[in-house]
This record gives sequence, C-alpha cells and structure tokens, in this order.
Amino acid sequence: MSRLVLEKLKEHFPSTIEVEEEFRGDLSVRVKKDQIVGVSEYLRNDPELRYDLIVDICGVDMYRPEARFEVVYHLYSLQNKEYLRLKVEVDESDPVVDTVSHIWPGANWHERETFDMYGITFRGHPDLRRMYMPEDYEYYPLRKDFPLLGVPDAIPLPRR
Amino acid sequence: MPVRTTEETRKSQILAALEDQDTTVSLDPLESEMILNMGPQHPATHGVLRVLVRLDGETITGCVPELGYLHRGYEKIAENCTYHEFIPHTDRLDYLSPLSNNVAYALAVEKLVGIEVPQRAQYVRVLCCEMARIASHLVAVGTMGMDVGALTVLLWTFREREKLVDIFDVLCGARFTTSYTRIGGLMQDWTSQCSVMLTRFLDEFGADLGEVESLLYRNKIFIDRCENVGHISPDEAVGLGLTGPILRGAGIPRDLRRDNPYLVYPEMDFDVVTFTESDVLARFYVRMEEMKQSARILRQAMEKLPDGPWNVHDTKRVLPKKERTYTRMEELIHDFMVINLGIDPPVGAVYQGIESSRGEFGFYIVSDGTGNPWRMKIRSPSMVNLSALPVMAKGAMVSDIVAIIGSIDPVMGEADK
Repeated sequence: MSRLVLEKLKEHFPSTIEVEEEFRGDLSVRVKKDQIVGVSEYLRNDPELRYDLIVDICGVDMYRPEARFEVVYHLYSLQNKEYLRLKVEVDESDPVVDTVSHIWPGANWHERETFDMYGITFRGHPDLRRMYMPEDYEYYPLRKDFPLLGVPDAIPLPRR
Repeated sequence: MPVRTTEETRKSQILAALEDQDTTVSLDPLESEMILNMGPQHPATHGVLRVLVRLDGETITGCVPELGYLHRGYEKIAENCTYHEFIPHTDRLDYLSPLSNNVAYALAVEKLVGIEVPQRAQYVRVLCCEMARIASHLVAVGTMGMDVGALTVLLWTFREREKLVDIFDVLCGARFTTSYTRIGGLMQDWTSQCSVMLTRFLDEFGADLGEVESLLYRNKIFIDRCENVGHISPDEAVGLGLTGPILRGAGIPRDLRRDNPYLVYPEMDFDVVTFTESDVLARFYVRMEEMKQSARILRQAMEKLPDGPWNVHDTKRVLPKKERTYTRMEELIHDFMVINLGIDPPVGAVYQGIESSRGEFGFYIVSDGTGNPWRMKIRSPSMVNLSALPVMAKGAMVSDIVAIIGSIDPVMGEADK
C-alpha cells in the first residue's frame, strides 16, 4: 500500500514532489511550497488514498542559510491505515505558507501553534492568533536563536 | 533576535481577539446577549483552560477556547536534554496517565535508534499502558459525573484508582511521577508482588465498576444532562483530527493498538469499543467499556508474561543496571556517558504514536546524530480534541458546556505542553 501513494504522487505531481529515502518505515515526501494545497487536496480526495485525518503539523528550525524552516505535515488515512509525512521548506526571508485549514479543519490549531512557535504565517488562515504564548509576545520561542534564559524585557529573575 | 511585529501579527493583540465575531456583542436591542469568561481557574475546566463563551440568554452561540496557561515549553526543553534526561518530563505531560507517556516516548526513541526491546519488557509495557488507561478513565468518568452533579461517583472511582496507584508505587517507587521506562527497556523488573496486587485489583474491579454503573446507568438526572448534548458528526470529527474515545464515540473504530500495532498488542484479544450517538453519553459509555477491555488485556498480558531479560544489552545506548553502576568502573562510565552525552542515534526523523487514554499521543523526533534531539514535537491528543469544543458547544445550554468539557476530558499539562 505504501508504494501506491508514492507512485500516484509521482504520476500526478512529477515536478513538485521529491520522495525521501524511507527511514524506519516512515514515508516522507518533500513538496514544493507553492504546491502544498494542490497536493493536500489530491491526497485528501483521491478515493484510493483518502488521507482524511490530519495528525499533526509542526515547524522545524533547521538553522541553515537557505530554507531555514520546514513545515511538517503528518497525515493518516483511515481507509488504508497509513501514515504519510509531507515536508515543505520555508525560507526565512519569506516565511509564508498557504493554509490547509480549509481542507482539514483540524489544521487550524496546528498552524496557529506553528505560527506561535516559529513565526511562520499561513496565508488564508481564518484565525491566525498565538496559540500558547501571550498575545503581545514578540518572539518565537522554538527558533534556535531564542535563548533559554535572558530574553530582553522578560520578567527579571528574583534577586538572590 | 529578529522581531517580527508587522501589522498582521500586531493584530493578534488581546483586544483584537476580544473583538472577534464570536466574542463581541453588537446590535442587541433586547440585551439578551452576553460574553461569559470561564476559567482559567474554574473547577469544571479540569486544569487551566479558559473558555470565552458567547451567550444568547442561556444558549451558547459561540465559544473560543484559550490555551497556554500551563505552557512550560517542553519542546524547547527537549532540544536541550539528552534522550534519557527527557523521560521524567514525559510524566508531566499527561499527568493522569504518566506510565503510557513513558512508553510512548521510549517507543519513539527506540524506533529512531533501531532497538527492539525484549519480549518481557514489551509485555510489561502493555501492562503499563492498560493500567494507565484504567487509571485515567476512572478519573474521566468520575469528574464527568461530578461536573453534572453526581459527586459520589468521583469518590468511588478514586477509591479504585488508589489501588492502581499503589501498584505504580510498588512497580516504580512513585505514585504519579513514574518515569518507569528506559530507552531499551525498563527501570526495573515487574515483580510477583505487582502481579498479586494487580490480580486482586482485577478480581474486584468488575464488581466495583458495577457499582458505578448502578449509580449512573439508570440515573435520570445524569442521562438527561448527557444525552444528545455536545453532538459532533463523524465527518466533522475526522476533519478536526479527533482521536480516542471521542472519535470512537462518533462511530469510527480507529484504535492504533489494532490498526497500527506496536508492542505485543497483536497477540492480545480485545474489542474496539464504538458508539454511534456521538454525544456526551456515548463518550462516557466508550470509556466505561474500554476499561473492561483494558482489564481483559491486563489479564492476558499477565498470563502470557514471559521470563527473561527486561533490558536490551547494549552498553553504549542502554543504561546499565543500577547495582552494577554503583560497584563497577565500566558501568559507571557508561552510565555517565549515556546520561550526560547521550546515545548517538542516526540522522533522520521518525514519528511514533500510541493509543493513549485520550487518543493518539505521539512524538515526532528529528535527530541530527548527536545526543540531543534536534526537534521533538509532541502530538498531544487533548489539544486537538479541545479544538472540537466550539463545534460541540454551539447551540447547547450554558450548563452543558461543563458536561462537554468533561466528556472531552482534556489534561492541560499535555494540551499546553
């Protein structure tokens, strides 16, 4: 079954996807940023695949000069009982990805969390507020250059 | 630090949030609309959940859950811990079933490293998961009863839970902060005393659960408060990515123990409980029945529990036995190296989820080949399940939201990470 999804993706999106090497049985596909909505819609609606459950969306800060961030989508097909991972590379200079919350409503909060932690905005998201941090917080805490202690304007540590 | 305070992000100020269409009253000549702020400290929110409820009279026309009051930054902490150092933190995620969190984390790291633990350890981990599920569902059922006014149930389920917690105490020396699993095995072996205690618990459990059933199953007040409340259609439930008892209460038989098996679950005989009504009552029934299935699994696992090692012998990646660490030089060095510098997994990324008591609880670990994970994402079921609250609460009465939150059974430690 796992081969089927890769073959179908290669057939439909020959130039937009890149299949990664299988690691410990996890299927992983790299998708071009501007095609994520198209690929998602296809995976959601294809009658043989039906990736109808969004398990998780998260950001990863790779901390490299180009394509610094990754947005990782974990999908699950109730019909085939299969996981699939999509990865989208995001540049620091343009941290914007199209939202998939109209395809899977559950993506809404996951995208909010990714925005909160990495500052990646999702174009077309209905309610892109911070998920965990205070509304007026100015930093993105899961970025690698966010320090563990000593953020400017943070509440000072109590005196010794 | 790049500071992004563009107009777009600035919009997400508290004021803008409050001017949300769900939380602002405009044009209301009869003055029947109001905004109710529930929480973050409210006995019925099961933690520090804040819900802004928009009411028309007593009917809920919209609600906005606000999370983050218990955010402790565990994903950031994980990036600065070695793999072994993070195990105690997993107890604090879903603090009602710490044992199954330990198992989920160990499974994810072992998948990354490529270790398979011995049979005995796998059976003990199944025992852990199922005991944690019963302990957690007992709280869920009890607090849900309390939320709708049946206080006795809470006292009775906590009496049962206490027996399980006593077993945890014997098993790993702690009642709540168990930290029982290790990468490549367990902290210590399952003892015959645990078997005796668990057998005694299971012998009494059926009758004790029957007492709870007799309190609630024909209780008119309880049924009226729960039936046809908090309905969500199966399509909406799947679309929102709900898992666990809520999804099974909506008639979708997804259970990772059966669908994507891990540990020795394929050798266990159990049923996946589903109800189709998809209301608060259905979720309550799912939890009650799941506890019986868990008891079945526990009996089978104890019966089949094989003898043998409960740790992988792999000195570079698995902690040595404690008594040897204290007396031998080599083991002391290995203990130091494994804890402080960490095991060296290959470069790569894995996702491993388990069916915890609230749904799919998983870890996505990105490794750069060093002792610390480069990125660890915690897939927490409570957070995703809470996102269904606006759907479930719409059109309900204000007193129903308490029952609905009870039926979602969120644990904020895990929802807020």
